[in-house]
Amino acid sequence: MDLRYTPEEIAFREEMRRFFREKIPAEIRAKGEAGHHPSKEDMVTAQRIMNAHGLAVPNWPVEWGGKDWTPMQRYIYTEELMSNHVPGALPFNVAMVGPVIAHFGTPEQKAHYLPRCANIDDWWCQGFSEPGAGSDLASLKTRAVRDGDDYVINGQKTWTTLAQYADWIFVLARTNPEARKPQEGISFILVDMKTPGITVRPIQLVDGGHEVNEVFFDDVRVPVANLIGTENRGWDCAKFLLANERSGIARVGASKANVRRVRELARTVPAGDGSVWDSETFRYKVNSVEIDLKALEITQLRVIANERARGGMPDPASSILKIKGSEIQQRITELALELAGPFALPYHDMEEEIGDGANDLPDGFDWADTVAPTYFNNRKVTIYGGSNEIQRNIIAKMVLGF
Amino acid sequence: MDFELSDDQRLLKDSVDKLIGTAYDDLGKRARAQAEPDGFSADLWTKYAELGLLSLPFSEEEGGFGGGTVETMIVMEAIGRGLAIEPFFASIILGGNLIRLGADAAIRQELIPGIADGSQRLAFAHTERQARYNLHDIGTHARKTANGYTLEGDKSVVLHGDSATKLIVSARTSGKRTDRDGITLFLVDPATAGVSRRGVATQDGQRAAAVSLASVQLPASAVLGEADRGADLIDSVSAIAIAALCAEAVGAMSALHELTLEYLKTRKQFGVTIGSFQVLQHRAVDMFTALEQARSMEYFAAMMATAENPRERQAAMSGAKIQINNSARFIGQSAIQMHGGIGITMAYRSGHYFKRLTMIESAFGDTDHHMRLLDQAGGLLEAA
Repeated sequence: MDLRYTPEEIAFREEMRRFFREKIPAEIRAKGEAGHHPSKEDMVTAQRIMNAHGLAVPNWPVEWGGKDWTPMQRYIYTEELMSNHVPGALPFNVAMVGPVIAHFGTPEQKAHYLPRCANIDDWWCQGFSEPGAGSDLASLKTRAVRDGDDYVINGQKTWTTLAQYADWIFVLARTNPEARKPQEGISFILVDMKTPGITVRPIQLVDGGHEVNEVFFDDVRVPVANLIGTENRGWDCAKFLLANERSGIARVGASKANVRRVRELARTVPAGDGSVWDSETFRYKVNSVEIDLKALEITQLRVIANERARGGMPDPASSILKIKGSEIQQRITELALELAGPFALPYHDMEEEIGDGANDLPDGFDWADTVAPTYFNNRKVTIYGGSNEIQRNIIAKMVLGF
Repeated sequence: MDFELSDDQRLLKDSVDKLIGTAYDDLGKRARAQAEPDGFSADLWTKYAELGLLSLPFSEEEGGFGGGTVETMIVMEAIGRGLAIEPFFASIILGGNLIRLGADAAIRQELIPGIADGSQRLAFAHTERQARYNLHDIGTHARKTANGYTLEGDKSVVLHGDSATKLIVSARTSGKRTDRDGITLFLVDPATAGVSRRGVATQDGQRAAAVSLASVQLPASAVLGEADRGADLIDSVSAIAIAALCAEAVGAMSALHELTLEYLKTRKQFGVTIGSFQVLQHRAVDMFTALEQARSMEYFAAMMATAENPRERQAAMSGAKIQINNSARFIGQSAIQMHGGIGITMAYRSGHYFKRLTMIESAFGDTDHHMRLLDQAGGLLEAA
């Protein structure tokens, strides 16, 4: 047992760090550091640069652009990406539909979709949740009826992140309403967002932004060739996808960067004769979250190290990563909120053009205007990707044997 | 020990609950109020005046409602439940009480009728960029001149400062920046040369302003209360303000708890209502406990806000604020979690309560600040 990084791993980290710092435009990374959401253009630019260097889809099979990296290398790549505030390849493309197509798709489907997916020529969104099917996803009602060489889809999806930018949507739809168990009547179907009958309606979140949408399907006709895997076996694709979604979700690198930022900023916030950093109570809270983060990091490495032994199949212990990682993310947003103090109160429209030092009317501190919206927005992290309550059920059943 | 409201108080509660409840029974109404020029409903502000709410702290002899901390608590709870955005706290609780406790006959005659009918709105320009939560940290200074004073400085996050017709500005007339002595309060017309305001929206749907004072010339009659003794006034009104915020928070928390219970009992997943899961029931119980503890400290705060002994008053107000902060965070976060996705959408009330509660947490001192003050005051338990 040796918890130190090997010289090769250290060199690899250097290489990744250099790539992200030299090749991804500084303006994009600065935005991320200041807590602003990247624009659509930012995300496309970043992903295409990574793809041009063969670094957009390292987790994919090698034949489709993946890397034959060790789990540690994949982890280091993700860490450096997050620590350097790089937007990262679109998760719906590279962590969700891409791996599903690579695993369950026909050779023709792989050849057609995967390169476009890696290069974000197609922007994908996720058609899973419905108003009546959140935690209980298997109860979904969106219906796909076979009609000749097509499926006709009717229904409604919700919480569809960035559907307003999307070219394609992957949809879980019910193809057999008579199935014995609801999971056994679901299919995984790819749908072009330009197909007639699709309507996207934005949902405004309390932070003022529009990152999620409702997507309505009204007699949407889709070729049967867009089915991934076997009809009525779509739940296998869903489980595969959801487990992948879960293990990427601890966001250790992002949390490290965020808590580092809190430490730095605390020294600049006046309090009494000094700064907030002089407060023992505040330092105690920062140090406490860093302990949890360190432990999480090592837990993540253990899960990753175990991946090889599991033959690449998702590990139920990754639910711990999701629970702990999301709670830590939230605690850090709380620390930033406390740090901003009275200056978290002013609100600036997040969707206005953000320029350089753009808070042109700072009342307080330049960085304080994103602190409360980030805190509000991040309440979602214990809800999405399988709520933390569901994650606890998964561990209870599949790890602890209840 | 009497926790009952008097008949008059009950009457006040019924009428203000009805007024605000109706005015804010759907979020569309709130959005329309926000879109008005001053950021709140002018019509509703008039209705507050008609009910006598805008003269709440002034004595009956002065034509006021004659209300004390319990009446304030009743009105603020209704505001919390309703998510109301009118400048009642800024203008009446802060401004009104500063005038009541500090103003001479001349200022009272000039202002009180207008405050009561809604035509005058006050804003307390006090917080500064370096001060954080220290009420006595004042860098804005007032230099004596032949005819009065010249004010110089910047004030931050002035609640509803953008639409106020009068500002009450704290400035230093002597001493060092963090000295308790040497603070003077001034009544300032925002149209005075040298006063500039930048209005902003706030996270919880209200308004605030940054106020700059550049060589603002004031007559000696602009002084509110006694020169150099402003800290007494500030401290007294802050205690009243904290009690008021505790009440607003309890109103918001109780509404949020009710919404959450309703959601748990109606939302179905896996073929059952999610309220049938023990984990969620227990959390709803924990929310209830936090709410009731907060309510108790709300009452304690109302009782102690005007206590004679400054140390006891400080300990009580700090203790109450900390309890309210802890309950607000727990109830707010739990409510959102249990609502799932809809908890953070604009379309549902839950997210709006959560935002308001979050802003209340840092108003007039966060938990860390009050823990320090409570500690300095020697804690909360009475001597054995």
